[in-house]
Amino acid sequence: MAGESPASEMSYRVDRASVAFGRVLRRSGMRVGSDRTLEFVRALDEVGMERREGVYWAGRAIFCSRYEDLKIYDAAFRAFWDELERDKLPPQPKEPEEQPVLDSVMPPKEQVEADEEGEEAVRMKYSPVELLRSKDFSAYTHEEFDELNRLLADLRLSGALRRSRRLERSKRGRFDHRRTLRAALRSGGETMRHSFRSNRMQPRRVVLLCDISGSMSDYSRALMRFLHAGVIGEGKLEAFSIGTRLTRITRELTTKDPDRALNEAAEAVKDWSGGTRIGDAMKEFVDRWGQRGMARGSVIVILSDGWDRGDVEVLSEQMRRMSRLAHRIIWVNPLKAATGYEPIAGGMAAALPYVDVFLSGHNFDSLRELAEAIAEAAER
Amino acid sequence: MSEAADSRRGALPPGVSHSGELQKSLRDFEYLSDEGLSTAIFLALKLGRPLFLEGEAGVGKTEVAKVLSSMLQTPMIRLQCYEGIDVYQALYEWDYPRQLLHIRATEALGKDEDRDHLEKDLYGREFLVSRPLLQALEHHGDYPPVLLIDEVDRADDEFEAFLLEILSDYSVTIPELGTIHAERPPVVIITSNRTREVHDALKRRCLYFWIEHPDFDREVDIVRLRIPGTSEALARQVAGVVQEMRSMNLYKPPGVAETLDWTEALVALGAKELDEQLVEATLGSVVKYREDQQRVKAPGIEKMLSKVDAGGWGVSGV
Repeated sequence: MAGESPASEMSYRVDRASVAFGRVLRRSGMRVGSDRTLEFVRALDEVGMERREGVYWAGRAIFCSRYEDLKIYDAAFRAFWDELERDKLPPQPKEPEEQPVLDSVMPPKEQVEADEEGEEAVRMKYSPVELLRSKDFSAYTHEEFDELNRLLADLRLSGALRRSRRLERSKRGRFDHRRTLRAALRSGGETMRHSFRSNRMQPRRVVLLCDISGSMSDYSRALMRFLHAGVIGEGKLEAFSIGTRLTRITRELTTKDPDRALNEAAEAVKDWSGGTRIGDAMKEFVDRWGQRGMARGSVIVILSDGWDRGDVEVLSEQMRRMSRLAHRIIWVNPLKAATGYEPIAGGMAAALPYVDVFLSGHNFDSLRELAEAIAEAAER
Repeated sequence: MSEAADSRRGALPPGVSHSGELQKSLRDFEYLSDEGLSTAIFLALKLGRPLFLEGEAGVGKTEVAKVLSSMLQTPMIRLQCYEGIDVYQALYEWDYPRQLLHIRATEALGKDEDRDHLEKDLYGREFLVSRPLLQALEHHGDYPPVLLIDEVDRADDEFEAFLLEILSDYSVTIPELGTIHAERPPVVIITSNRTREVHDALKRRCLYFWIEHPDFDREVDIVRLRIPGTSEALARQVAGVVQEMRSMNLYKPPGVAETLDWTEALVALGAKELDEQLVEATLGSVVKYREDQQRVKAPGIEKMLSKVDAGGWGVSGV
């Protein structure tokens, strides 16, 4: 460490730098608590602050906790370090405007409050629910979307049960040595009653892949709400958007408030209303998530009109791979409800042989049908 | 964190006081790490935190635990996670059959007048079966053991919550025996293949590192270090081909583990240099999907080899 600067000034500098950096990261959208910041102070004590690489790697090990964090971290670190170079003392934590690049994804507070009031006002207005249930999403008004949120909140979305490998106590099944013998020990070694264990039943994982390309824009707004309702529900659910690429949005959608959650998801999805390359996006899904385990034995729901500007061969190959991994593949196509629609267009025709259930999903009632199909209550 | 807890935390091998030295020391034990990984390991040891490792299959996540155990000359205790794993398979279990036998034996010897004594006997240490986590906590030695919690993403949420509890205070309470405290917290390495997102609470306890595939030069070094019989030319060719394969959009791009398997196979065949026939014959040890093999063969192996030989890879090393 630098010889001239007194130790106290040095540690002061380290503290300030750590706190400031923690804030930069938080504003960039990473989950950074004060515990992490404290740990960073300790780490800087060990690696020193002289070398950029040392600080970089230490911070990366401490603040990041998933692959997606790494990119955010890199950008934040660059901004932060440059600031540190310019200033002998790190920037005052009080002036958050100094890194305009790293704007928060949250809407400003006033706007949120205004939105909440607005929502209240809408709720007062009566809207005939029965009509809304069968109304096509593409004809929805702004108020009706809010109504949809309330309808969706009652929709239970969880996969059909499967036998888990975890065992639990039950009336019959495998002999439970532990419990039987424990009971026997209590009665002096005499077995009075036999206990059993059997596989616990567990809902299957549900993976929702929602097409957000331009051709789906009439529906994707409503379908994203459906995704949100699913993610904040009880079941194990994963949500992705597909367009020209794949984006995992499960995390963004965990925010309870629908509008805020959708905002966060929109922030994460860079290719909103762009083109579609379903095949490529699907390949990315199977490569990065599906094959490793996310798709294994799960219910995969694809919400898309099947328009694919990419190579149709790619899509059909990926569907084949997916059908080998998944328990069930459900394709939801809003166009299916349109009179005269036949699934003969490129992508849809290629995918159909691998699809177990083909549904429409253009209005609330059909989403409810979808929820039933996911739970396998509906007959094929 | 209290002072007392702090003093229990952290332990570095002798002669290592910064991450550069650790990197060198890892190298002595045939593990080539980059600065990022050695900094993460250094901090994990120094700050006494578990290290959470993610990355593609075969990049050497598990290897980190193994090399730490030989470097620190301390046993590695491995807890392989799987679906359905529970506390009894991870922590401890009473040896019920033996307990029963013990009761019968005591009865047979006619010493049943002392019930209290018998019960104390029954729940004594000798009837307890230690599973990996308890073994790690109970370890006595100059240096804490390396505890490898492998593929934690395969276990379920409940198990994760239980792990979190153990990793928070490194102690466990067995109702019949009392609380067992680790003398010193073990060096904990956790790996995950990301089949699902591990809960934030668990990750917050840990330092995190994402292991990438090595670049060309490092891969050549790794091959030469780990498989001594390899000629420089062969190592460079193998590394080049593997790097090329990773850019080919395969279902399962080869990891370092596959590179090493492949080299070993080639060396066993007495290869000094790659040619089309050799690649064809040994392809199964690097590329393990039928579709992937076809994809590798499609543009022509000859062509790939000449591209690699032309120095498309690792120009810096020439």
